[in-house]
Amino acid sequence: MDVRTSVIDKRLDKIKCIISVASGKGGVGKSLVSSCLALNLSKKGYKVGLLDLDIYGPSFHIILGVNDFSFPKEEKGILPHEISGISFMSIVYFSGDKPAPLRGVDITNVIIELLAITQWGSLDYLIIDMPPGIGDETLDVIHLIKKSKFVVVSTPSKVALGAVDKLLNILTELKLPVLGIVENMKINDLTLIFDYAKEKDLKYLGSVSYDWALEGSIGFPDKLMNTSFMKDFEKVVEKIM
Amino acid sequence: MHEWALAESILTAAVEESKKEKMKKITEIKIALGELQQIQKDIFRFALDEIIKEQGGIFKNTKIIIKTEKSTLKCKNCENTWSFSDMKKKISEEEGESIHFIPEVAFVHTRCPKCGSPDFEITAGRGVSITQIKGEK
Repeated sequence: MDVRTSVIDKRLDKIKCIISVASGKGGVGKSLVSSCLALNLSKKGYKVGLLDLDIYGPSFHIILGVNDFSFPKEEKGILPHEISGISFMSIVYFSGDKPAPLRGVDITNVIIELLAITQWGSLDYLIIDMPPGIGDETLDVIHLIKKSKFVVVSTPSKVALGAVDKLLNILTELKLPVLGIVENMKINDLTLIFDYAKEKDLKYLGSVSYDWALEGSIGFPDKLMNTSFMKDFEKVVEKIM
Repeated sequence: MHEWALAESILTAAVEESKKEKMKKITEIKIALGELQQIQKDIFRFALDEIIKEQGGIFKNTKIIIKTEKSTLKCKNCENTWSFSDMKKKISEEEGESIHFIPEVAFVHTRCPKCGSPDFEITAGRGVSITQIKGEK
């Protein structure tokens, strides 16, 4: 009998709002959206946590320039590290920069273990950075974190939207709360994502223009806050809240 | 101590199970500690005792039996099998500690000792589980 799932609700019960940032497609900027959402909410004065569940390609630590990979402190479980005011938990504290060649059942075990032993305490928001697709991690979050709401990210691309549509169909079929869709890396005036949201009766959370200077701010939270990405994203955050 | 969180999960799961089975009292819990997770038995038992003291009630005079389960890892590439104790000498203290927190990190820090493949499975002795609960209705 696996006992760990019995305490997950308890670990999350002092968190007012859990938002999973997801997409059917990789490379659309989920991690950046998750990181900037967490940063933005934290700067507004909210108590924010971020859980990186992209086990194969964790990114938050890169985006925020984390270089302390020491083990989390232990206190009736493990305590998240604090990064730029955000409580942060990720497999990187145990795997370092090494690859994690895990099969599905092992991914599920990692997620259950992290959820069972992490003591988040009281938070206004927990942001979960999801990996792409509708595989194990997405199904695990749906199964294990009952109160999670979803923000879905897409680029203005028919190819990306094809995969995003599949994720949204699953979320809708399961009657899960979708806060809306963010259009990231907008490079033209096409209304593909806006029209899609309208057709699907989804909230269009706004668009973020492609920011050619953004890469220079990766790893520097203070610089990130002053990018044109963040300026556009501010309007998105207002709609998410 | 991170053992506390796992001890808490044991007792929470035991209570859930007792409710399902309509038990008024839990008389015995048998717990398996997978070798791979390297749980310190004395700390784990201390945590169990402390939580039981806080909760009382259904756990009054509950007998707790803890057994360590030997780990088995099996390579999907060459079908070699080995245990955590076989590989313990080849990993650093820090890597061992990582596996203690998240046993699947074994796939990150170790390889099949025979063929070097990272594609193996944990077939026994992963982590903490309940093997049996006895109670009174």
